[in-house]
Amino acid sequence: MGEYTLKLRRYSPESGEAPYWQEFKVDLEGHRSVLEGILQVRDREDGTVGIRCSCRAAICGSCGVRINGRPGLACHTHLDKAAAAAKDGETIVVEPMGNMPVIKDLIVDMDAVHWNKIQRVTPWLLPDGEPPEREYIVPHEAMVDVTQSMACIQCGACVSDCLSMEVDPGFIGPAALAKAYRFVGDPRDGQQRERLEDLAEDPQGMYDCTHCFNCIDACPKGVAPMNQIMRLRRIAGAEHGIDDENNGHRHETAFVKNIERNGLLHEADLLPDSYGGKMHPRALPELVGSLPVIARALRRGKVTPAKALLHHKLPDQQAVRELFERVESKPERYELNLYIVGVDEDPPGASA
Amino acid sequence: MPQHDVLIIGAGLAGQRAALAAADEGASVAIMSKVHPVRSHSNAAAGGINAALNPEDSWESHAFDTVKGSDYLGDQDAIEIMCREAPQEILELEHMGVTFHRDETGHLGTRAFGGASQARTYYVADITGQALLHVLYEQLLKRHEKVDRYEEWFTTSLLQDDDGRCCGVIARDIRSGTLEIFAAKSVIIASGGCGQAYKPTTNALICTGDGIAQAYRSGALLMDMEMVQYHPTTLAENGFLITEGARGEGAQLFNAQGERFMERYAPNKLDLASRDVVSRAEQTEIDEGRGFPDGTIALDITKVPKKRVLEALREIVNIGRDFAGTDITKEPIHIRPGQHYIMGGVKTDVHGQSSVPGLYAAGEVACVSVHGGNRLGANSLLDTLIFGRRAGEHAAEQGRTRALPEPSQSRLADEQASIDAIIARERGGRRVSEIKDELGSTMNENVAVFRDEQKLRRAQEIVARLKQEAESAWIDDRGTVFNQDVLGALELGYMLDAAETIVAAALERKESRGAHFRTDFSERNDEQWLKHITLSRGEDGSPQVSYSPVTITHWQPQERTY
Repeated sequence: MGEYTLKLRRYSPESGEAPYWQEFKVDLEGHRSVLEGILQVRDREDGTVGIRCSCRAAICGSCGVRINGRPGLACHTHLDKAAAAAKDGETIVVEPMGNMPVIKDLIVDMDAVHWNKIQRVTPWLLPDGEPPEREYIVPHEAMVDVTQSMACIQCGACVSDCLSMEVDPGFIGPAALAKAYRFVGDPRDGQQRERLEDLAEDPQGMYDCTHCFNCIDACPKGVAPMNQIMRLRRIAGAEHGIDDENNGHRHETAFVKNIERNGLLHEADLLPDSYGGKMHPRALPELVGSLPVIARALRRGKVTPAKALLHHKLPDQQAVRELFERVESKPERYELNLYIVGVDEDPPGASA
Repeated sequence: MPQHDVLIIGAGLAGQRAALAAADEGASVAIMSKVHPVRSHSNAAAGGINAALNPEDSWESHAFDTVKGSDYLGDQDAIEIMCREAPQEILELEHMGVTFHRDETGHLGTRAFGGASQARTYYVADITGQALLHVLYEQLLKRHEKVDRYEEWFTTSLLQDDDGRCCGVIARDIRSGTLEIFAAKSVIIASGGCGQAYKPTTNALICTGDGIAQAYRSGALLMDMEMVQYHPTTLAENGFLITEGARGEGAQLFNAQGERFMERYAPNKLDLASRDVVSRAEQTEIDEGRGFPDGTIALDITKVPKKRVLEALREIVNIGRDFAGTDITKEPIHIRPGQHYIMGGVKTDVHGQSSVPGLYAAGEVACVSVHGGNRLGANSLLDTLIFGRRAGEHAAEQGRTRALPEPSQSRLADEQASIDAIIARERGGRRVSEIKDELGSTMNENVAVFRDEQKLRRAQEIVARLKQEAESAWIDDRGTVFNQDVLGALELGYMLDAAETIVAAALERKESRGAHFRTDFSERNDEQWLKHITLSRGEDGSPQVSYSPVTITHWQPQERTY
C-alpha cells in the first residue's frame, strides 16, 4: 500500500461560497486509479465529494476531469503516475474539466456544451432511399475506419482543453466533428456532401480548428479527433471541391510546396502563395491586410528583412526531395487509423 | 405533472430499444435514467450479439444451443421468439447505422463464441455494446420530438392506482434534488442488473438492482434469482471483464502447471464451453491447488495473431495494459471467475409484462426466461434488444385504448419525507459504504460458483443483519444538488433486497443446474427441480417462494456435455 495526496477542487453551488481546494490522503497501491482514490475519500471520509462515475474501466466516459492540469478519465490514470507527474512530485491535483460550466465539485454541465455540439452535426445516419433487404454491402476497411470514431465514449476530455473552443465557445469542437466523420466516412450515409458543406460554411465549423493537438493528447480512447477533422477537410476539398473560405487548405498546399522548393520555410513566398500566387487578385489585398502582423514580426526580430526576402535553402536539398518522392509515390493515401494499423512497437519480424 | 403513454426507466440497450419501438408505434414516450444514456452498462458488453443470419445457420440451432446453455431451465417459447427474431433485429440495427464488422466481401462477418455450435456472433471490434448503445442514442436524438429524455433523473418508487395497476413513478432530478411525479399508462423497467451486490464484479457502479427491488416492492414476482453468472475471465483484483471474444478468437486457458485443463472438463468445446462449465472448471483447478499463487488461471491471448488482436480485441489490449500491467500480445493475463450477470429478475411474459398490470420489464432486470440457468455469451445484447422492442411495442399498443392516469400527489410528500429522513440521520450507526462492502464480500464468498447450505445460511444471516443496519446507516451530504450520497443509501436498499432474494432462491433449489451448483446436491434433478423458483414479497417483507413451470416446446432435457 502507498499513501497518496489528492487535492480536489471543491465547489458547492448551494453554499454561496467560492470554489476552494481540499486535500485528502488515500491509502491505495500505486497502480490503482485516481477514481478509486476519490471513491475511497467518498466512502471513508467525505461523502459529499461529487464526481460522475460508473464503469471504472474507461468505457462509460463518465469521469472526465483534469488531473494535474491535463484532461483525462479519473479511472484511467494511475495514482503513482499521477503523483510522479504532479508539480511538486506528490500532490495529485484534480479539478473539473474546462470549457464547461461546473455544477458541483468535479461535475460539469455536459448538456450545455458537449451534447449541444453533438446535436449540431445531425448525429444520425441518413441513408439514401429505402434500406436493402439484407445488410448494406460496404468494404471491410470502411467499417474498421469509422470504428475509430465509434470508439469515442463522449467523455468530453477533448472538449475540456480545446484551445479553439476556449477562444470561440461557438466552435463545434473536436468531439462533435469526430462524430461527424463517423457519418462522412460511413459509405451507407447519403448526405456526405451536405454534411461537409454545412461544416465548411459554418464559420465555427471544421475550419475553426487550429491543429493544436490538444484533443489527440486528451483522448483516452485513441479517437484522435483532430485527425478526423483533417480527414473531413481533405474529403471536402478533394472529393467534393468544397472551398475553404478560411483559406486554410490553400495555406496548407502552399506550405507543403514551399518546403518542397526551399527545404526550409520561406515566409515571403508563403503568404502570397496561400492566396493562389503573387499574381492572384486576392494576393495584394491580403498582403496589405497582413502588413501590421509582418511589421510586428520585424520589430520584434522574429524575422529580418534579409531572411524574409532572400532564399535560404537547405544545404542538402536532395534529402528533402527524396522524402517528398517517397510520400508521393504511394499509390494510396495512408490514413493513420489505430484500428487498422495498431501500435506495433516490435521490431520487424518479431510479431507473433 | 408530465404524462406519457409509455415511460421507460433505464436507458441502456433495452430501454432505448423500447423507447424507439414505442415512439415508432405512435405513442408519447419518455425515457428516464439515473445516468446519461450512453453511460449505461450495456457499454460493457464487448464481444457481440448472436443471430442465425447466415444461410447455413438456422434459428433452431441457435435456440437449441440456448436451451442447452440454460441447462433446460429456459422457457423454450421465449427462446424460440428471441432466436427467430434475431436476424431481422441485426439487419435493422445495421440499417440504423451500427458499424458491424464485415468480411472480405463486404457482408456482415461473425466470430465464434462460447456454447454455440456455429460462429454466429456479430460484432464491432470488441466495443459491440458501446457501438450499439451509441447508435441507438443517435436514433433517440433523431426522434427528439417524439421522445422526452429525462437524463440524470433517479426513480425512487413505482406508483400504483387503487387497483394495483402501475400508473407512473416518483423520480428525483439529480441536478436540482426536486422530486416529481410522472404519470404513465405503462412503465417499462429496463434498469439493468444488481452486480454491485457482489464484490468484485464486472458490473458498473450503477448496477445496483434498482428495478428488481422496485418491482419486487410493488408486488411483482421475481424468477430464477438463484441463477448468478460468474464469467470465466475477469481480472482478479478489480473484477474487470476480459471478453469471451478473446477465446472466440483463439485464446486458451492454462493452469499453473501449463496444462490446458479444459481438455478434462469439456473435451469437445474446450475453452468455448458454456460459461458456467468453464468457470466451475477454473474454480476447481484453483481450489485443488493447480492455480497460480494469487488464485488465478492464465489466459493466453498470444495464440491470436497480433494484427487480429489489435483490430478485433483492442479494448482488452487497453484493459490489460492499464489495469493489469500486462501486454496481452506478449504474455498471458491472469484471470479468474467473477460475478458478471444475473439470469433471474422480474418475471415477464414474452411481451415483457410483469405480474403487476401496467408494469413491464426488459433486459437484465427481467427474466423472460431466455437464459434459464446459464446465459450464453452474446445472448444478452440480443435479449435486451428483442424484448426491449417487444415491450415497447406492446406497451404502446395497450396505451391506445387507455386514458392517461392521474396519480395522486399525496405520495410525493411521503417520499420527500423519507428521503429527508435519510439525509437527517444521525451519525451513530455504520456508513452506507461499509455495509455495501460487507454485502459484496459476503455474496462473493458464500453465493458464488460453488454453494452449499451452510454458506447460504451464513449469507442469509449476514444479509438480514445488514438490512437492519441499513435502516440507520448515515451519510454526509445534506445538499440537494447532485447529492450522490443519498442516492447511494437508496441503492444500498435495492442491493440488499436483490441479495436477499438471490440467497432465498439459492437455498430453495436443492440441486445443481446451470450457474447454481450446490456441493451438497451436486446432480441436476429434473424430476423435482425442472421448474422456476418465483419469489414475492411477503407481508412481513420476507421473500415467499412459489414455483412456475418451465415451458418446453421441442427440446426435452438431455445430459449436458461440451
